[in-house]
Amino acid sequence: MATIAPPVEPAVHALVDDRTFLRKYIFSTDHKIIGIQFLLMSLIFLLIGGILAMMMRWQLGFPGRPMPGGGLLPETMASGAVILPEFYASLVTMHGTFMVFFAIMPLLVGVFGNYLIPLKIGAPDMAFPRLNMASFWLAVPAGLLMIAGFFVEGGHAAAGWTGYAPLSANPEYTGVSAGQQLWCLSLIILGLSSILGAVNYISTVINLRAPGMTWFRMPLSIWSLFITAILVLLAMPILSGALIMLLFDQSLGTHFFLPADGGQPILWQHLFWFFGHPEVYILILPAMGMVSDIISNGARKPIFGYHSMVFAIMSIGFLGWVVWGHHMFQSGMNPTLGTTFMVSTMLISVPSAIKVFNWLGTLWGGSIKFTVPMLHACAFVAMFVIGGLSGVFMASPPLDMYIHDTYFIVAHLHYVLFGGSLFAIFGAITFWYPKMFGRMMSPRLGKLHFFLTFVFYNLVFFPMHQLGLQGHMRRIYDPSTYEFMKPLAGLNRFITISAFLLFASQLLFLVNFIGSWFRGRKAEPNPWDDTGLEWTTPSPPPHGNWAVTPRVYHPPYEFGSGRTAEDFLPQDRKLDTPPAPARAPASR
Amino acid sequence: MSWISWMLPPGASTFAGDIDRIYYVILVITGIAFVVVEVGLVWFLIKYRARPGRTVIYTHGNNTAEVIWTSITAVTVVILGLMSAGIWNRIKGRDSVPANAMAIRVNVKQFEWNFVYPGPDGRFDTPDDFTRRNQLHLPVNQAVVVELMSEDVIHSFNIPAFRIKQDAVPGMHIRAWFQPTVTGEYELGCAELCGLGHYRMRAVVTVHSLEEYQRWLGEQSPTVASK
Repeated sequence: MATIAPPVEPAVHALVDDRTFLRKYIFSTDHKIIGIQFLLMSLIFLLIGGILAMMMRWQLGFPGRPMPGGGLLPETMASGAVILPEFYASLVTMHGTFMVFFAIMPLLVGVFGNYLIPLKIGAPDMAFPRLNMASFWLAVPAGLLMIAGFFVEGGHAAAGWTGYAPLSANPEYTGVSAGQQLWCLSLIILGLSSILGAVNYISTVINLRAPGMTWFRMPLSIWSLFITAILVLLAMPILSGALIMLLFDQSLGTHFFLPADGGQPILWQHLFWFFGHPEVYILILPAMGMVSDIISNGARKPIFGYHSMVFAIMSIGFLGWVVWGHHMFQSGMNPTLGTTFMVSTMLISVPSAIKVFNWLGTLWGGSIKFTVPMLHACAFVAMFVIGGLSGVFMASPPLDMYIHDTYFIVAHLHYVLFGGSLFAIFGAITFWYPKMFGRMMSPRLGKLHFFLTFVFYNLVFFPMHQLGLQGHMRRIYDPSTYEFMKPLAGLNRFITISAFLLFASQLLFLVNFIGSWFRGRKAEPNPWDDTGLEWTTPSPPPHGNWAVTPRVYHPPYEFGSGRTAEDFLPQDRKLDTPPAPARAPASR
Repeated sequence: MSWISWMLPPGASTFAGDIDRIYYVILVITGIAFVVVEVGLVWFLIKYRARPGRTVIYTHGNNTAEVIWTSITAVTVVILGLMSAGIWNRIKGRDSVPANAMAIRVNVKQFEWNFVYPGPDGRFDTPDDFTRRNQLHLPVNQAVVVELMSEDVIHSFNIPAFRIKQDAVPGMHIRAWFQPTVTGEYELGCAELCGLGHYRMRAVVTVHSLEEYQRWLGEQSPTVASK
């Protein structure tokens, strides 16, 4: 590495930006623009997934009653505005598919992986900018194909987001042919997009860290995105392989998953969950990392137990590969294998608990500022605890026998993916919005959105535990079919009304997001008094991020050390005085 | 408000008590963890909120604390694991089916349950077999082993009151046992999404006293075997 370049020449280079509009905003190779493109795309899918959920909730709360606006749907989806059972199966399937693959995953990995990795490690861009562009422009057709499924004959995929074979493998069983094939194709293309992204993130983190940015000076957001990228790189090919086999079963007459000629329906489940459980951690690890950044900033204090946080991320990333069978305790898999998966599943709760306690340790003795990102980050911790603890119930195979495929699972997964991931995403968007768009989001609207979301979110999902404990199965079109579910109708209606209010509250976020883009207060380079490298460059950063490559001198979370006039020490600020010796070894 | 409850509905099989017990144990343990963490969180948020003149406790962590909370969590989950493993093995283990269990074949297809009884000779595939659709009749206090076979897609045999759930997978022959302990009518439902009629794939389970069951058996006439 050469010595630091004189500032004049690169500064001029960075400011002169002669790219055409098309190259700058549409087919851009700039990681920041690509991050924002992913953000806009996945927010649209988040909205679509939400609308699908509202239709499901209508049917569950008011079974058989005409849905307001249902008259707009074609006869194949709703008859006289009443949702049809076959369309309900598509709703179940596509709500899950859109939310997991096109909303939460790109929001965490596509948006923040792209936006934050170069900016937080001091790199001018990704290692492979064109690969990065390809990654986004593969995700778009994948999304369009997935939407197209609603408009083909036979309706959209209806075998659940997990696409269990043989239901998904033979069109005779659902009446869905083209929809299911589009589902496979779309996910195969999206998988390719994710793999390209993952290659890029891994290479960038390994190779493009600024001088002084050692592994253990990386913020936890970058650690978690790095481990996540490794999981994506290893997990997505498994899904793609399984999907290609499924597509062949559907269209070419193979029998990988069809028992007639010796195929194995359970093979699909093994392949799907061997991808699917790492996927669960792909959907939560980046959230944990970004929440760590925000909590340390909000508490004005270094993260508690940085090293054990890193090791917890690593062990979650590793153990995530050996727990997939806990989705299959009742599947007919060898019960002895079930015991093995129970052990690994119980084990993975240990690193998760370590993270929660370290967040509490970070808050302890801090000076907590309740900014909107901080509110969301604290809500993340509170909700993730519930999602984690409810997971202990189904980790016990005999108890899982009772609650498997009930609303208890629905409650659990939404506490992790909505209470966890989505609260973290709202927090992260608010936190990095000024860097992305150069303007602040309105704190007043943000707080209102936070409180309404927090309240209605819990009113929707907490009672689902109770539904599940009474035995209420998932994916049931009309709960009044069963006598034992009839007393639960009132609770179902309560959940539905809360869900509508939860959905309506999201309009505040939409208004804040779009409105602040144009009318928000102009953001200074470092509005949150943070230590990260991304705050040392203008908001928004120019093409190339820095005129001069920054040099890193400090660990990531130096708040409240008393070594500077402010209460934070940016990672790139060189101090003349060495750190006080008494404090240095405290982190082990 | 009886539905806002953490209690399980009454169980009616021999192992329902074991499952309910592990549920309540986990409920208490996670309940304590929940209260400790959430109260701690809220308490810290209030106590350490930013006020003029507050100085933070500058620390990078504490290894003793890490060791304590890591080991408490690890020990707790190991205990839960040991408790669960025993019960699991007794219910679904390879050799768990009681020797005297009465066998009933369950042929499943979209969207119906066909229960095949061996008839008076106690053997399947003989002319006196009879089949009842969506109606399962059982004697009380008698172990029953269902032999699940699906003709088309995956279904799941699920009687909440007996705490039993087992997937029926096409191409596989899966056995699952349970023993009802209380007479009465119960519902059996499909727990695995199996198509547009999944929600109405329901059957009624009637648990009779032994005499009643014998009377019911006597009223049944052999059906021409469907296969």
